[in-house]
Amino acid sequence: MHYLWAFVVGGTLCVAGQLLIDLTNLTPARVLVLYVTSGVALSAIGLYGPLVELAGAGATVPLTGFGHLLAQGVKRAVDEQGLLGALTGGGAACAAGVAASLITGVIASLLTKSRDQN
Amino acid sequence: MEFSKEQYARLLKQACPRSPLLRDCLWAFFVGGGICLLGEGIRTAWLAAGHTLSDAGTLTSATLIVISGVLTGLGWYQKLAAKAGAGTLVPITGFANAVVSPAIEFRCEGLVTGVGARMFSIAGPVLVYGLLASAVWGVIWWLIRPWLL
Repeated sequence: MHYLWAFVVGGTLCVAGQLLIDLTNLTPARVLVLYVTSGVALSAIGLYGPLVELAGAGATVPLTGFGHLLAQGVKRAVDEQGLLGALTGGGAACAAGVAASLITGVIASLLTKSRDQN
Repeated sequence: MEFSKEQYARLLKQACPRSPLLRDCLWAFFVGGGICLLGEGIRTAWLAAGHTLSDAGTLTSATLIVISGVLTGLGWYQKLAAKAGAGTLVPITGFANAVVSPAIEFRCEGLVTGVGARMFSIAGPVLVYGLLASAVWGVIWWLIRPWLL
């Protein structure tokens, strides 16, 4: 059942992004920025947490889940450190994903050659 | 030749090929859903390996990022993205693709100003506004917390 929800919720979030691209001419970078900030907002008002419980990776894998991760990290850090947590929480929460992306990027650039996009 | 904004918008609309909305959405749904399904499988495997819920989530993201990086290096991710659109953009694999792809493309401009700088062309804005939004939420939470606890 978890797998079905992961598929449906993840797919629906992607369709929403596709509609934004097709109907509003938003560039991919803007869509991603919109998704991350929406994820932070939805998590802050308490809507994203239940969605993660329902759909698991269907909610955490789309970039809104990245925003949810940031918001959760900040909340936890503020609980522990006070106002300083507003600065430290987000970075700490997304550290693994960012580091993994950057390191993969550097290694890939060293191992592969640029090719035509088609 | 000079155009008004409206004229330009009309010309742009004529020149752009209309992408079939339903087909785009079906591709986005099945590929995006499929990537999340793969993520759920990976998450289940990390949980079964004895990791906590939050560690398993982090490991799942890292695993998908590495898979996406390899597929981007092979040139396969871009081929899928041409069909799947937002289905490959919105998942974390799309974020990884947006980092790895320019890193490979601009390798010829050097490791620092090429690879190091261009990696952030899409990931940069995502991090800037993601961290900004989270810091704003942190301040709000700090302010409302005393009333809620």
